[in-house]
Amino acid sequence: MLLKIEKRSEYSKAMVYLTPLIALALTVLTSILLFELLGVNPIEALYQFFVAPLDTEYEFSELFVKATPLMLCAIGLSVGFRANVWNIGAEGQLTMGAIVGSSLFIYFPETDSIFLLPVMIILGAVGGAAWAAIPAYLKTRFNANEILTSLMLVYVAILVLSMLVHGPWRDPAGFNFPESQTFSESADMPILVSGTRMHFGTLLALLAVFGAWIMMARTLVGFQVKVIGQAPRAGGYAGFSQKKVIWFALLFSGALAGVAGLSEVSGPIDQVLPSISPGYGFTAIIVAFLGRLHPVGIFFASLLMALTYLGGETAQINLGLPVAVTGVFQGMVLFFLLACDVLVHYRFRLNTARKATS
Amino acid sequence: MRNSDGTIPQLELRGITKAYPGCLANDHIDLKIMPGEIHALLGENGAGKSTLVKIIYGVLKADEGEIFWAGKPVTIPNPHTARNTGIGMVFQHFSLFEAMTVTENIALGMSGRQNMNKLEREIIEVSNNYGLPLQPHRQVHTLSVGEKQRIEIVRCLLQNPKLLIMDEPTSVLTPQEADKMFETLRRLSDEGVSILYISHKLDEIKALCHKATILRGGRYISECDPTQETAKSLAEMMIGTDLHAPEHSEQKARGPVRLKISNLSIDADVEFGVNLSAINFEVRGGEVFGIAGVAGNGQIELLAALNGETLSKESNVIILDGKEVGHFGPNQRRNLGLAFVPEDRLGHGSVPEMMLTENAFLSGYSRMDLMNSGFIDNGSTATYAADIVKKFDVRTPGINHTANSLSGGNLQKFIVGREVLQKPNVIIVAHPTWGVDAGAATFIHQTLINLAEDGAAVLVISQDLDELFAISNRIAVISEGRLSVGRELSEITIEEIGQLMGGTHGMGEKAETAHVT
Amino acid sequence: MSGFDWIVPVILTVITAATPLVFAGIGELVTEKSGVLNLGIEGMMLVGAVSGFIAATLTGNYFLAVAAAAVAGAIMAFLFGVLTLSLMANQVATGLALTLFGVGLSALMGQEFVGVPVSALAQLDIAGLSDIPFIGPILFAQDALVYLSFFMVGAVSWFLYKTKAGLILRAVGDSHDAAHSIGYPVIGIRYLAVMFGGAMSGIGGAYLSLAYTPMWAENMTAGRGWIALALIVFATWKPGLVLVGAYMFGGITILQLHAQAAGLNVPSQVLSMLPYLATVLVLVLISKDQSRIRKHAPACIGKIFHPAA
Repeated sequence: MLLKIEKRSEYSKAMVYLTPLIALALTVLTSILLFELLGVNPIEALYQFFVAPLDTEYEFSELFVKATPLMLCAIGLSVGFRANVWNIGAEGQLTMGAIVGSSLFIYFPETDSIFLLPVMIILGAVGGAAWAAIPAYLKTRFNANEILTSLMLVYVAILVLSMLVHGPWRDPAGFNFPESQTFSESADMPILVSGTRMHFGTLLALLAVFGAWIMMARTLVGFQVKVIGQAPRAGGYAGFSQKKVIWFALLFSGALAGVAGLSEVSGPIDQVLPSISPGYGFTAIIVAFLGRLHPVGIFFASLLMALTYLGGETAQINLGLPVAVTGVFQGMVLFFLLACDVLVHYRFRLNTARKATS
Repeated sequence: MRNSDGTIPQLELRGITKAYPGCLANDHIDLKIMPGEIHALLGENGAGKSTLVKIIYGVLKADEGEIFWAGKPVTIPNPHTARNTGIGMVFQHFSLFEAMTVTENIALGMSGRQNMNKLEREIIEVSNNYGLPLQPHRQVHTLSVGEKQRIEIVRCLLQNPKLLIMDEPTSVLTPQEADKMFETLRRLSDEGVSILYISHKLDEIKALCHKATILRGGRYISECDPTQETAKSLAEMMIGTDLHAPEHSEQKARGPVRLKISNLSIDADVEFGVNLSAINFEVRGGEVFGIAGVAGNGQIELLAALNGETLSKESNVIILDGKEVGHFGPNQRRNLGLAFVPEDRLGHGSVPEMMLTENAFLSGYSRMDLMNSGFIDNGSTATYAADIVKKFDVRTPGINHTANSLSGGNLQKFIVGREVLQKPNVIIVAHPTWGVDAGAATFIHQTLINLAEDGAAVLVISQDLDELFAISNRIAVISEGRLSVGRELSEITIEEIGQLMGGTHGMGEKAETAHVT
Repeated sequence: MSGFDWIVPVILTVITAATPLVFAGIGELVTEKSGVLNLGIEGMMLVGAVSGFIAATLTGNYFLAVAAAAVAGAIMAFLFGVLTLSLMANQVATGLALTLFGVGLSALMGQEFVGVPVSALAQLDIAGLSDIPFIGPILFAQDALVYLSFFMVGAVSWFLYKTKAGLILRAVGDSHDAAHSIGYPVIGIRYLAVMFGGAMSGIGGAYLSLAYTPMWAENMTAGRGWIALALIVFATWKPGLVLVGAYMFGGITILQLHAQAAGLNVPSQVLSMLPYLATVLVLVLISKDQSRIRKHAPACIGKIFHPAA
């Protein structure tokens, strides 16, 4: 081997910040190749993907509409990943949050109390947390792998949603379409900027970013999460309980995902449909990693990933590119990021060793 | 190539050099081993012994230098070639596969394909021949450490080696087991097999080896005849400076009982763990109590029970300064004045990728009052960390560097310092100087003794008998989850401890003399 | 006699539902035995499914189609290997990335093939035997991949427990440090094991798009890659039990179809949940006995190996 990989004596703090940028650059370079393959002018395609979606004020606000659920889910997931708790079922928790939160409106559609929305938001958090509590219980009680259980519950949650929308929650005046009635004003997320779809959920997401930042940097809970995630035995030594941290990580991420789901149905969607998310819960995994599991990083990463959703749509309309390009792009970012992360802990050196022979 | 007396060395190294980033592990090392010679490779931790033998065995590649085998230049690019050449190696950390049988393990250490039935017969034959009994069908994880080492030796012998490399073979054995192994080695030597014997234990080198090569800081220091040297002169060559043994001041009267363990029994929750049965001892203020024993005899379980990582069923089995703490977790015990230095520095005593400040906070947050109205007080945490670094001579560019960037000795000083600065009434220390350089080891020993003389009760669990004899006032032995009665240092010999370590000594005397202390 | 006519078709559908799981499971078993946890089965299956489907549509040659699926799966696994083995990335995160990437890539590759019909993989009637009533159609009139799946289980079992190479592979999974110090090329062996896993997942995916429901649809694996992972825990890393488990899950999957046909008055969604709920249940039942898992799981699974250390 010409190149030798050597462990650094200490991880490189510079690389922690640099690798997401290197990964992005590599992704862009690779997608130029991909666009060539698809027979599209790469410059034009990149423009459509990353610049065109931000042309107008409205489109700019859409960025925050898309980034809101990503931010909420990713903040929650990042706390879990820090604790080495691999909740990959945010999509299911999001769905369950939407179901439980909107049930209040569905069963009391006439209510116009100002408390309706706040209670719905709380119920959304409760629904998501309850759904995440299942893997937490199974992990702490039976040692069942949370990756698999949380993922299986995604499918179950989506089927529950489908069952409700096709059955009891179907709007009687809706020509038999599988959708609920549209939300009343008091069940809607207030719009922040008139003429856009930017809603109150974005503020909740920003609150989550700020709160998680303080929690991880300055509180004992955040410290416990980090210690248990990196060195569980050191956590035991300090008297931290691994089980409590697992419960906390799952409930916290479930609750935030639940809020994300509720803010989707009572925000941009405005009713309950069989499909309420284009995979935000999964893309949030990428967002969390790209943001370095740090709340501020996640803020920027969620805006970027939101941009790829918008860009995918723009490129489809203007260039006829398949929407699936968005998924490939998102997958590539994560791939390159994980590959570049080797630079955080290792360095490459030219192998200059002479042979030990006579 | 011929030696002055006309024989050809079995193995000769010339100018072997190997560099790692920031350290020259081997700096132009020469070595000559004659047929049938037992040759010691002597040096402290970090002297470059392991690197050198890994080069001979083909695990590592030298940057420079030549290797001659029976007078002819050779290259050894990998262990397969080494084995085909006639070199066998017994590793310090065994290269064994726990989930597999003895036969499978031996087959894996041989090149080519094996007929398993034939191999089994050969194993039985060789192991009987050399007095190394083995049962081919047993799974390795069910065996004792001594038995595991036998597998490695038999694996080498099956390939008729001309040179056998043994890396710190006695560090895991009881003195009696070690004597048995010496017999095997002497017999192999009589049969013409050369042995390269790596150790830092001077007595056994004097007893066993014909020649010794001494390394220090990666460099060749000298070659000598160990039988003609004293342990002191060997030690000076090995360490380079005079070492002073840790000093106890005049025997002071011992204080009150600070830690009392009565009838502590724990069922191990892990399959490979050891059950503790009816452990009794007490440690008084002002004394160092040592617990000896071969690794894997319940030390890990005992430490977890004392620290609070495993809770006891009964609250009164552990009494700390008169308070029953069996039901208390680690943090509650810490607040009552218990400090703890675990065996594993990285990953148990510290979080490897966290900064020294965070690692100071890890065990000190409550007793050192490092929280301020619900938030981490970064200021006082940094002061505490800086204090440890300064008072305990921790060599680091700064307290914002991570734990794993420190050398073993420096990290150990940091962890010991962190615990000592919490002004403990009782401190429990596991393997305080394992893998630590001589300078740091002396410092740590002195620190523990001073702590005891200031009135704390010090409990040291170690595999290193030299260490325990140097610092303890009383010693007990743990074997198969049982603890022997603690005896004054003046009343016990190494031989007796060896017998207790092997578990051969009846535990019967415990009942009669349980509270002699 | 007529009362039991339904048995043969039911068993036949169980076989088709189980076969993709057998392939994915037996491949991942080999990967895990070498000490690597690849959570990207779902992604590899999808890329295999679409590659096989494209090759079948373009060439009409099913042998080529299956080969294309295997190669595609192996390439995906190779990517995983580069990241986790050469660049020492976290295996859990990389596995997730592989799945997310595979979902996107397969959707992109297959966008022009959605709804294109292909004929299902042909049955290989074994002359004379397939006409035997009852066991004939079950045992002797399957497509080639079903036979291959059984063959692979036997072959993997033989390889792991009867050959030196298999012993070495298990040794690498048990302790990579020991294997390295004795002189085995840990990384190289793991690359092979990971790529074998990828190839098998690819074929498993192709079985879905060529035989189970001969068509391509985005995300058509519907979590089977994850179920295959659970299957290995269920089987406590034993090839024979992977087969048993796959057929159990296959049975649960087709239960929904037949229950509906039988006029059971339950929402279809509830029946569709069954395989996922069963997976959770099985995981709980097996994981409860921690010492059993510990005894059978490869000790090095998921751990990063850096030889210089």
